[in-house]
Amino acid sequence: MAIEFKPSPSLPPPQNSVGAVAWIHKNFFSSPLNIALTIISLYILYLLVPPMVQWVFIDATWSGTSKADCTAGGACWAFIAVYFDQFMYGLYPEAEYWRVNTALVLLIALVAMFAIKAVNKAMLAGVIILVYPVVAYFLFAGGVFGLAVVETANWGGLFLTTLLGVVGIVASFPLGIVLALGRRSNMPIVKSVCVVFIETIRAVPLITILFMASVMIPLFLPDGMNFNKLLRVVIGITLFSAAYMAEVIRGGLQAIPKGQYEAADAMGLTYWQSMILVILPQALKLVIPGIVNTFIGLFKDTTLVYIVGMFDLLGRIQAANHDANWLGTTTEGYAFAGFVYWVICFGMSRYSMAVERKLDTGHKRK
Amino acid sequence: MSNNNSTNTSFLNDAGNRALIFQAVLLVVVVAVGYYLFHNLQANLENQGISTGFRFLNEPAGFPILIHLIEYTEADTYGRAFVVALINTFVISLMGIVLATIIGVIMGLARLSQNWLVARLATVYIETLRNLPLLLQMFFWYFAVLAALPHPRDSIIFGDFFLNKRGIYSPNPIFQDGMDFVIVAFVLSIVAAIGLIVWAKKRQTLTGEWFPAYWTSLALIIAVTVLAFIAAGSPVEFDLPQKSRFNVSGGMVLVPEFVAVLIALSTYTGAFIAEIVRAGILSVNWGQTEASRSLGLPDGLTQRLIVLPQALRVIIPPLTSQFLNLAKNSSLGAAIAYPELVAVVMGTTLNQTGQAIETIGLCMLVYGSLSLSISFFMNWYNKKMSLVER
Repeated sequence: MAIEFKPSPSLPPPQNSVGAVAWIHKNFFSSPLNIALTIISLYILYLLVPPMVQWVFIDATWSGTSKADCTAGGACWAFIAVYFDQFMYGLYPEAEYWRVNTALVLLIALVAMFAIKAVNKAMLAGVIILVYPVVAYFLFAGGVFGLAVVETANWGGLFLTTLLGVVGIVASFPLGIVLALGRRSNMPIVKSVCVVFIETIRAVPLITILFMASVMIPLFLPDGMNFNKLLRVVIGITLFSAAYMAEVIRGGLQAIPKGQYEAADAMGLTYWQSMILVILPQALKLVIPGIVNTFIGLFKDTTLVYIVGMFDLLGRIQAANHDANWLGTTTEGYAFAGFVYWVICFGMSRYSMAVERKLDTGHKRK
Repeated sequence: MSNNNSTNTSFLNDAGNRALIFQAVLLVVVVAVGYYLFHNLQANLENQGISTGFRFLNEPAGFPILIHLIEYTEADTYGRAFVVALINTFVISLMGIVLATIIGVIMGLARLSQNWLVARLATVYIETLRNLPLLLQMFFWYFAVLAALPHPRDSIIFGDFFLNKRGIYSPNPIFQDGMDFVIVAFVLSIVAAIGLIVWAKKRQTLTGEWFPAYWTSLALIIAVTVLAFIAAGSPVEFDLPQKSRFNVSGGMVLVPEFVAVLIALSTYTGAFIAEIVRAGILSVNWGQTEASRSLGLPDGLTQRLIVLPQALRVIIPPLTSQFLNLAKNSSLGAAIAYPELVAVVMGTTLNQTGQAIETIGLCMLVYGSLSLSISFFMNWYNKKMSLVER
């Protein structure tokens, strides 16, 4: 008779090592230090959260026409409600808001078309980069097809913030590629011009560049020739982010193995062919997270235009804080601005992390 | 063979020749554009009647500066105002760097904590501050928090400290005669402590015997300094802030502009540093910790001798760029009237004299050299810490 080996069934894990109780024990009470940390954290939460909830929701006033209506003692969101349009569009005429909205919807629709398989992606990118800016510009500024002219001085709020961020990043992208390629070039003069440009810009704060754009550019132009302040600031921001973009892209170029360059040469491709067809598609894919991070930084930095006298979202809030009807609503204004900036920046950073995971196709060591 | 080939290619198809031509064209374009801009500049300055040069630095400035660590009055020159502003920028940058590093290390470790609650709190802190514009945070501290403090007559009082709209008032130490003696004793004790550490290390390599050099030297420094202080008859008196009916006078005061810039800069940069610290520590392979434990090293020594030196290698390069960012971001203080370089030189001086080229150039030069010196120092430190391959 054959003996059959029958293992006895495994015992269940000890009661105190699985389940909620064990989890709580491990995370909160595993050592005296841990217990102390738990108590301190709970105390911090107790100090912060209930008063904040009370201020933001329970005691808040949601509608009204002046600070005097906010009697509940909490946040005065009526201030935001009254000024909401200004925070979004600046002093853009109310009857023309649809133009800004149309441009935004158009952009979203175009970008969304990337998801459709049948669309030619290169052509779509061309439309977004070459055609869309012209359409958007005429929508914003007017002056054609019977659209009323809107001075750029009236552009403001979140609209201006987004405009500066998007134009800055899109315009700086090709410039950054050229600078990055130039910095890795074998030609000494090309290389030194690029290095000097990149390092000079990276060494100084954005604020000096903005001052330069608003004060110094007119001095360098021939007499009588002058252009719009918004355009000057956009040029400043573009040059600034191009230097950072160049460094991000250079990182990508360095990560491409030498064999790829050699293989492209061996195929008889010219320099530009090998860059455009072989190297850049791989390098840019690697640095998409870095580009998004540069964009987040740039988006936050657009607030600095307030210092040279332009009224972006933060600028409009600063201006609204001086309204005599709404004195003492500073915190509400900043909380609102903070909420908007946080949602956009945090959303983008999550997006960049998701892209990073998706594109991680095995180049890196695991 | 190859010589033969190269003679057959046409002049323009030779890579070397093309590079030469391309660079020559680039050089000509750069020089031409530079000359054109310079030419316009000269014409414009002539038209506007602005004389170039740095002579204005010797003229009286005529404006007050809120914070000055060296003597400064309105009668002083623009040159002196520039130095005052420069010192303010250095002070805020240095203090910001120290504070941000402390906050960053604590928050970075907290995010890695075993304690679920602590890790979550640190994550909330990091993700909130990192994703808000720095200028917004500065405005928040300055216009919403510090401006909401009570008037001087209702100051919040902690012992000899007063807190109100005008700033934080604290006792100001005034050193009396015997202080030189205490300072000398302090310096000597540090020298002795360094000697002790060197001796302990040498003895350990020779004999293997261990000596608690760090604790002993800390005790040595404290003991010697305190003894010297008592022996010299406690040569420090405090100028205490006095509260009169409507105001607080005397003592040392930290004005709200300074406090707001410092808090905003250090908490904002601290959040970035926290992420760097966390990434650095996570980059050290867990096997290193296990190996160290199996060699019998206690947890503290494992961290200090095994994990930290390896993590530092990953941490230092991005840390450098954060320090640089902080120094550059201190220029945002101009927006809330902290009298640093941009506010004084590119703001007031530029408005009063109209010397746009000189003032902006001066500022860029200062930030450029500040950036360069920080990156030189950190490169040196990085080299010292980097892996020595055998």
